Parts: sequence; C-alpha cells; structure tokens
Amino acid sequence: MGLAVGCRAKPGKARDNRTGSWRVFKPSFDRGKCTKCGMCMTLCPEGCIHQTEEEFVEPDYTYCKGCGICAEECPGEAIAMKQEEK
Amino acid sequence: MVDKSLELFDSGHRACGGCGAALAARLVLKGAGKNTIVVSSTGCMEVFSTPYPETAWKVPWIHSLFENAAAVASGVEASLKKQGRTEKVVIMGGDGATFDIGMICISGAFERGHDFTYICYDNEAYMNTGIQRSGATPYDASTTTSPAGKCSFGNKRPKKDMPQILAAHGAPYVATASVAYPADLMQKVEKAINTKGPCYLQVHAPCCTGWGFEGEQTIAIAKLAIETGLWVNFEMIDGKVAKVKKVVRKPVEEYLKTQKRFRHLFKPKRQDAEIAAIQAIADRNAEKYGIDIKLKKE
Ligand SMILES: Cc1ncc(C[n+]2csc(CCOP(=O)(O)OP(=O)(O)O)c2C)c(N)n1
Ligand code: SF4
Ligand code: SF4
Ligand SMILES: [Mg+2]
Repeated sequence: MGLAVGCRAKPGKARDNRTGSWRVFKPSFDRGKCTKCGMCMTLCPEGCIHQTEEEFVEPDYTYCKGCGICAEECPGEAIAMKQEEK
Repeated sequence: MVDKSLELFDSGHRACGGCGAALAARLVLKGAGKNTIVVSSTGCMEVFSTPYPETAWKVPWIHSLFENAAAVASGVEASLKKQGRTEKVVIMGGDGATFDIGMICISGAFERGHDFTYICYDNEAYMNTGIQRSGATPYDASTTTSPAGKCSFGNKRPKKDMPQILAAHGAPYVATASVAYPADLMQKVEKAINTKGPCYLQVHAPCCTGWGFEGEQTIAIAKLAIETGLWVNFEMIDGKVAKVKKVVRKPVEEYLKTQKRFRHLFKPKRQDAEIAAIQAIADRNAEKYGIDIKLKKE
C-alpha cells in the first residue's frame, strides 16, 4: 500500500492568498522622485515590488500589505502612504 | 555567485505586515540560491509561510518539530552526501527553537560536523505562541512570561551568547547579521553555505507584534539596535572574530524608547538604574568586539 508521509504543497502556492486585502494604507510611488535605487524592492517583506520596463518600481497590490517599510526607507522620499479607498 | 534577483520566498505568506522574519526568509533564500533544501522548526516563519495547502517556499522545504530541526537536517545532509548530490542544507529556526528547546539536537549535529548552515532568525521571544520569553530575550524586555509590573522590570536574565557557544563547538563559520543590512546578510549566507562543515548565522529580525511598534519601523529599529551596540554584526572564522561592523554609538535609550516591550523603563517614571544597566551591556559589547569608531576631537 502506498502511504503518503507528511503533506505536500506546490512551490509558491501561497500566491493563492491575496494578502493585498489586508491593506489599510497604500504606498503610492512618485516617478519624478524615484532614482531607481531599488531599496524598496530589497526591503519589502512580501517581495512584491518589481521593476517595470523603464526600470521604475511598482508594487503588486494583490499582495502589498501596506506595511509602509518601502515609504519609510526610500532615500528619495518618493513613496507616500495614503489611506486606502475601497 | 548566486543570482540574487531570484525570488524564492513568494508573496502571499501570512506574516504580519512589516515582519522582520519574513524579510529574513526572502533575503536568506536570495543568498542561498535555488540549489537549497530548507528545514524549518515550528514557529512564526513555519506557520506564516506554510498554512497547508499553501506554501511560500519555492525550494524543497521540510517542517520538523519545534525541537529537532538540526536532527532532521542532519539526516537530509547525510542522505544527500551518500547519494552524491550537491544541494545545500539550510535550517531556519526561531530563537526559541535555537536557544532553548533545540539545543541538544544542535549541539549533537555541530559535534558530528554535518555540512549545513543553521540560521536562527532572532525575534527575541516565542512569538507564534503569544510572546513568551526565550534565552534570546534581552534584559528587561517585558513578555507574557516576564511581565513588567510592580515587582519586576521584565526579563531578568541577559541574552544567551549562542554564537560563542557554537564557535566553541569548533564551527568553521559563525556570524551575526540583521535585516537592516541586506547586502551583508546575503553575503554572509552565501559564505556560510559555501563553507564546509556546520555553520551558524544569527539574524536580528524585529517583530512589530511582539516588541510593540508600527510595521514600517522594522528596519529603523534593527538599525538602532546596531547603532546602540545592543546588537553586534560580526563574523567569526575558526573561532576568531574576523570582521565587525563599527559604529558611532548612540545611547541605548534611543533604541529602547521605540518599543512597547521597554516602555516601563520610561513610564510612569524613568528608571535610570535599569537604563544604566542596559547601557552597561552595550558598553561591554563595544569593548568585547571593538565596535566604536573614535571621532577625532576638533
Ligand atoms: C515540543 C513543543 N512544545 C511547544 C510547542 C508550541 N510552540 C510552537 S511554536 C513555539 C514558539 C516558537 O518560538 P521561536 O522558535 O522563537 O519562533 P517564533 O514563533 O518566535 O518565530 C511554541 C512554544 C511545540 N510546537 N512543540
Ligand atoms: S507597503 Fe510594505 S508590502 Fe507594500 S510594497 Fe511597501 S514594503 Fe511592500
Ligand atoms: S508575530 Fe512577529 S515574527 Fe510572527 S509573523 Fe508577526 S511580526 Fe512576524
Ligand atoms: Mg522567536
């Protein structure tokens, strides 16, 4: 008899869990101030900030929890946290 | 060199917003790369990354028990070796799992000399079960099992020196790092997994929920820990300190004031003697590791 030991899950299956719904404050990115340094991408605990084709940064709001680390740590103050309108 | 642009710890995990441990998991995997097998002990990181049937891990990952991640990893490493495989084995354990209940398994595994990297993400208490103190909880921190009140200023014992304990086991590489210095952290992970034998890395990972601060402050607070000398980032090779992050030190209260777990040291009344005792801990760290940058007098 085949006996399954433990539980198995598909790699990265957590993406089913859309944590963006937790957000209260939403980061908004000012491209005029962004120097493309990438600090926010490195420090986001969700790993949800990506670079666009023009190398600007953009969070994936499906997962962004609105923690505010990116806004707090951006050296150019290019990110502002604004109350989410739902 | 590993490709540090890979995201091997995916979005959708259930850590609190601003969680230092979640950032630590992401950065560790960036430093370790995809040829890695991870073993996690029970705790916040295991729970928030893998509520079945979801998982944020994109490398092979095993959940051990709370107490035996080092033993499970020993078995994985021995099997890989026997099969002639090249995957690197990384353990991700909380401070409770590492400093307290896992001690016997860790000591045994380091004694046997397995080729793995043990990473403790240190949020300085048992967070997953509701903020109980551990051997990593700093002096005077208030937790649910070391509550500050009329009879107590919080945790009575200083933080256990785990890096020294593992260096004393003859570990070839022992280091500390912080989520506030991501490049240094990733570099240390890469160095550890490429060093043969049992290596240890302890990563300071502030916990907004357990320490009592707003999630956006995680990096700022981790930086203050280093700038006050309450956390020292260093590297030990074959038991000798090889590299230390030096700072122009700030008074410890700049760190303490940012967190609710130390609030009783300032309110309702400032506790000068207790703050001085914590300053003395930072001063001893500074002396021991030589972290002070001496500014030239004008
Ligand atoms: C033998 C055993 N005792 C107690 C527990 C309950 N338990 C689960 S996680 C945990 C604390 C984990 O603390 P730590 O290792 O610091 O990780 P954190 O949650 O802080 O990230 C405890 C006590 C358990 N799972 N197994
Ligand atoms: S607010 Fe937090 S979760 Fe959202 S993009 Fe910024 S760092 Fe990431
Ligand atoms: S309780 Fe602390 S360690 Fe646990 S998920 Fe929340 S912030 Fe992270
Ligand atoms: Mg802990």
